[in-house]
Amino acid sequence: MTKTQPETTTAPVLEITGLTRQFGGLRAVADFHERLAPNELVGLIGPNGAGKTTVFNLVSGFYQPSSGAIKVNGVDTKGLKPHRITALGVARTFQNIRLWNELTVLDNIRVARHGKLGYGFFHAVTRSRTYHEREHEIEREARELLEVFQLDRHADELPKNLPYGTQRRLEIARALAGKPKLLLLDEPAAGLNSVDIQELIRLVRWIHTHFDVTIWMIEHHMDVMMELCQRIKVIDFGETIAAGTPEEIRNHPAVISAYLGDDKI
Amino acid sequence: MQRYSAPLLLVIAGALLVYGAKAEWLSLYVLSVLMFMGVNVILATSLNLVNGSMGEFSCGHAGFMCVGAYTASILGVLLFSGHKSFGEAWLPAELAVWGFPLLILAGGVTAALAGLAVAIPSYRTRGDYLAIITLAANYIILSVVENLDIIGGSRGFMGMKKIVNGMEETLEVPWLPLWVFVFTVFTVWLLRRYLSSTYGKGVMAICQDEVAAEIMSVNTDRIKTVTFMLSSGLAGIAGGLFAFILGYVNPGSFNILKSTEVLVMVYLGGMGSLSGAVLAAIFFTLLLESFRFVIPWLNTLVHQLSLVPESYEVSQVWKWVLIPLLLIIVMQFRPEGIMGNRELGDLFPKLKRFYRFK
Repeated sequence: MTKTQPETTTAPVLEITGLTRQFGGLRAVADFHERLAPNELVGLIGPNGAGKTTVFNLVSGFYQPSSGAIKVNGVDTKGLKPHRITALGVARTFQNIRLWNELTVLDNIRVARHGKLGYGFFHAVTRSRTYHEREHEIEREARELLEVFQLDRHADELPKNLPYGTQRRLEIARALAGKPKLLLLDEPAAGLNSVDIQELIRLVRWIHTHFDVTIWMIEHHMDVMMELCQRIKVIDFGETIAAGTPEEIRNHPAVISAYLGDDKI
Repeated sequence: MQRYSAPLLLVIAGALLVYGAKAEWLSLYVLSVLMFMGVNVILATSLNLVNGSMGEFSCGHAGFMCVGAYTASILGVLLFSGHKSFGEAWLPAELAVWGFPLLILAGGVTAALAGLAVAIPSYRTRGDYLAIITLAANYIILSVVENLDIIGGSRGFMGMKKIVNGMEETLEVPWLPLWVFVFTVFTVWLLRRYLSSTYGKGVMAICQDEVAAEIMSVNTDRIKTVTFMLSSGLAGIAGGLFAFILGYVNPGSFNILKSTEVLVMVYLGGMGSLSGAVLAAIFFTLLLESFRFVIPWLNTLVHQLSLVPESYEVSQVWKWVLIPLLLIIVMQFRPEGIMGNRELGDLFPKLKRFYRFK
């Protein structure tokens, strides 16, 4: 047998091949490829309207691809509803925070365990032993998660009453509640001040080392990306224009012209 | 002590009801008001599940009530009393004592299946569209019943009084008030358990952000179906009880006016508040009954003050002016309803600490 590189033997968490999404005449994403190995921390950048969030929406099953394939842990997600894809181990946060504002912080985490609940309607209304065991475990794990995210003192508060930065942290905690293999962060630094951003960088790095999770993030703050990501892909008008280490991306002529325009007018 | 206090209180209330009815210090009139109160509590809390907790807008609740009412009635007459279209009763009338709760539950199950039939085409719709679908369902159900001559069509269907009387002959207990009480408690108990479980909290998550719920692994289609079936099933139970209380059903009792009445109760109580729906249903029933006395009094008053001509009489029709007026006033000055989306426990923290429902 031939010896192969370790990177190629580990099964990818996410494998996207030839992904294209058409909205009427607009190609929001065109022939996109990506392969995320376990425990990678990868970035996706591009100017406004480049199709970054569309890629995330396609991966989380919110849109169906026009062509191409997405495989999560080797399973083709074609035609699956978003909650089924989440059950395969994909979790995400949103550009504009989408917490359940009338449920307590603790309940936000508990409901995010829906995919691995282990009981159904009849257990819930008869309060069977299974119900009590599962609820007990869900609550314990939810409280543990809140504790490691330093949110435990807010457990009984409503998310809408928390500061913006704390809401961000809660949303990331909620995404991790289902023990995902892949975490998609959609502009986690949007709307944060510079102090919060430094904290976010620490948080993402800490999650990356302490949770067994691959992180794929979209972000406009270049300093965040340069500091965190092992590699970055750049898209513009749905097309991949560059890929490489943060250092390579910073000096890539195509990236510079996409962001700043080229000098030919 | 704490653990058993709620069941104990309910048993005492039930015993008082039975004793009061037997000793006749609760008159038939008071009993019938109490029974309608129970039916209204079931209707309001079950509609509140969909309209309040899940944030959808269903306005055909009376349609499911109709399904339950007719199922329980037809089945009851078929099994225990006999009917001119169906022939002799299949079972001896004495068994009705045991069969009665099963009749009501059968009504509930059939109504839940009707709810399923409405839920499936409405997966992709929300808001106004679901309102229109449920409204249409209400009309479809009524039209079906009106055009089935074997069950009396629009003239209605009767024979349930005989079953109720038969039950009381077999064993001298005020069965009907007792069963209304039991089913009312059952409904509130069931909804309370459903909504306080992590499973049922998915309902609130759908209400607040359906996209986030689906992405966060909540099977939204499943939860919506289960919730809608539960809601319509309970409406069916209320319908069955309603039919046996009146002893007679006709499609006209389940028209859009009835659906609106239930909606009024839900809005009065506060969207998404279970205890609010219970209180509103009790309050609304009492209010409706109080008009029996208030309107004649109003009639003499306006005549004494000679505000209206001698020949005009202020009749009971005026209650359909006064009730909508009440709704307008509530919406104007307290749009969130009596309770808002809070529960009794939020208003009385001591009560909440005492009853840590788990």
